[in-house]
Amino acid sequence: MNKFLKFRQLYQLIKAHFLELMREPAVLFWGIVFPILMSLGLGVAFSTKQDVIRKMGIIKTTNSIVADTSTFIGNFLVKNTSKEYHAGDKTTYYSFKIKNEKLGNTTFFFQETNWKDAIVALKRGKFNVVMEEKNKKISYFFDPGNPDAQLTYIKISKFFESKDYIYQEKTDQIKMLSLEGTRYIDFLIPGLIAMGIMMSTMWGISYTIIERRSKKFLRRMVSTPMKKSHLLISIIIVRFMMNFIEAALLYIFAYFVFDIHIQGSIPALLMVFIAGNIAFAGIAVFISSNTSKTEIGNGLINVVVMPMMVLSGIFFSYHNFPEWFIPIIQKFPLTIMADDIRSIFIEGAGFAETALHSMMLTITGIVFFAAGVKYFKWY
Amino acid sequence: MIIEARDIYKSFKAVHAVNGISLSIAEGQFVALLGPNGAGKTTLVEMIEGIQQPDKGEILIAGKKWKGNEDALHHIIGLSLQETYFIDKLTVHETLCLFASFYDERKTRVAEVIDLIGLEEKKKSYVVNLSGGQRQRLTLGIALLNHPKVLILDEPTTGLDPNARREIWKILLELKKKSNTSLLLTTHYMEEAEQLCDYIIIMDKGSILKEGSVTQLLNKEKGSKTIEFELEGIYETIAPAETLPGIFWDNKTQKGSFQLFDMGKDMQAFLHILEENNLRIKNLECRRKSLDDLFTSLTGRHLHE
Ligand SMILES: Nc1ncnc2c1ncn2[C@@H]1O[C@H](COP(=O)(O)OP(=O)(O)O)[C@@H](O)[C@H]1O
Ligand SMILES: [Mg+2]
Repeated sequence: MNKFLKFRQLYQLIKAHFLELMREPAVLFWGIVFPILMSLGLGVAFSTKQDVIRKMGIIKTTNSIVADTSTFIGNFLVKNTSKEYHAGDKTTYYSFKIKNEKLGNTTFFFQETNWKDAIVALKRGKFNVVMEEKNKKISYFFDPGNPDAQLTYIKISKFFESKDYIYQEKTDQIKMLSLEGTRYIDFLIPGLIAMGIMMSTMWGISYTIIERRSKKFLRRMVSTPMKKSHLLISIIIVRFMMNFIEAALLYIFAYFVFDIHIQGSIPALLMVFIAGNIAFAGIAVFISSNTSKTEIGNGLINVVVMPMMVLSGIFFSYHNFPEWFIPIIQKFPLTIMADDIRSIFIEGAGFAETALHSMMLTITGIVFFAAGVKYFKWY
Repeated sequence: MIIEARDIYKSFKAVHAVNGISLSIAEGQFVALLGPNGAGKTTLVEMIEGIQQPDKGEILIAGKKWKGNEDALHHIIGLSLQETYFIDKLTVHETLCLFASFYDERKTRVAEVIDLIGLEEKKKSYVVNLSGGQRQRLTLGIALLNHPKVLILDEPTTGLDPNARREIWKILLELKKKSNTSLLLTTHYMEEAEQLCDYIIIMDKGSILKEGSVTQLLNKEKGSKTIEFELEGIYETIAPAETLPGIFWDNKTQKGSFQLFDMGKDMQAFLHILEENNLRIKNLECRRKSLDDLFTSLTGRHLHE
């Protein structure tokens, strides 16, 4: 009678929850279509070479700079640029394009302005650099803390230094890196898979538990001989299946659209996947163990999820954070999972590199799960 | 006795929700807990169901305490809570199958129950699309899945229209005829208690006011007739009269009533009050005393307030 697992019960619980989710169109959209759209958007945005656009302000000294060809800038604008009116910001620019196959094209737009407007445009990030010519000397104004502005300054100043305004980048020294797994999309997809697991587990599990508690459905179910553990297990198993479908679809999509391959061990990947699911399922059960207010649940989830989304190196590497902070970031479950999935995908890693981390994730999950169950409010 | 509760107390901060109640229910007996909102009915039945813990007192179901016997007791109790939502997008059949699996009941039992609650046509409908009455029948069906020895229903017909209410009564009366199940039912409809139950416990503010069979309750006091009257004009109160105790004026409905114990003396007293206060009768009715009247004469309030 008191078997550890009652399979019929567990099967019915899983079936009920699975049907419930599949019959909710919003679940399919947010869980499956949305991550794929996001990866498509980000992948396209970062992997096609686009023309770089830089806007420069030129401080007027006379009525019109172009009219005065005795200045460097005036002379340059007359000789090399074409006048363009942009309806978008209702401004007339002098445009100048540098073509470069390897680095992509860069277009510079120069706009005549005065100091007052130039300051506003700098603050709003419209101008990268402001130039002013006085007595045959050009000054450049920009925020040295902004790497983009620095790069623009280097390019443009080099240009004005050459006498006849001929700018040549020596591109024969530039060798394009095209190893497998070095593109941004290679970095992004494993991160998106990890983030998908976290988001879907945290929101899915807590939402289900809190809603069932607040609608007194939990109370009704535990007034029967149902095994309490089976209810939690069924919710976790269904979420696990959904995550698997989501991740597999995202990978298949990335495989065909971005030509992404798993270079490392697939069993190790599965293990990381399972461990990550356990970790976040445990945290989700813990978070939703005691409240019957969805608002409180949402707040708690945000507190856990938001820092990890920003810090764990999903969209950009966390190695740009201060050095003392990196070891802390590396202990976050999302960081561990994203790093391991990434290393299996693009570095060809296997069990040797990931087993310890998977164990840590599993233990994290079990500890939170146990604590959650201990304080779980069924009624 | 299938249910025995002895001297049960339960408070929430300042509220004494249940204040020293004892009750016992025999096998096959149908018992109603009748009382207005806030009387403590839900708190009391939830303690009997093992959902809440009493502060003081002892509860035995089939001779067993809850502690340590949860699994066994869950197997012999069927219940419906005052409010429960099931999973919106599961069908009636799927919902019943889910609960049946908790009791190790098979599909054949699910089919029997669907037949019993008359939801054959709605078998494949999502729970969210059921009417109020159909949902209550599903709730009842779930409670009946395990052939319970004890059925505990918390306001099973509140908010339903009279037809839907009668559907539920029909199912319960059928059950009474055909099985040996005991029923504990809470309600604030006196017809419901009168129609279904052998024994009625009237409760208010956490205590039992009176209990007994319908005939006992209504005949225990001599007055088994009630006079109900309406007056010309609108009155907040009508002057209290020592000569006619228990006269009651409801300023919301603008109706008054009193129990008739002694035809001659009481009527005379009533006419005297009318004369003295210059009141004129618009309408007068004499009817059998109901549980509603009993509650009113005990508390000075209506059941439905
Ligand atoms: N969980 C609770 N916390 C605080 N007060 C409660 C709680 N449950 C019930 N009460 C109070 O106890 C009293 C009895 O409530 P209840 O048992 O629901 O009455 P009924 O079911 O007869 O309407 C009410 O005054 C109610 O406000
Ligand atoms: Mg109640």
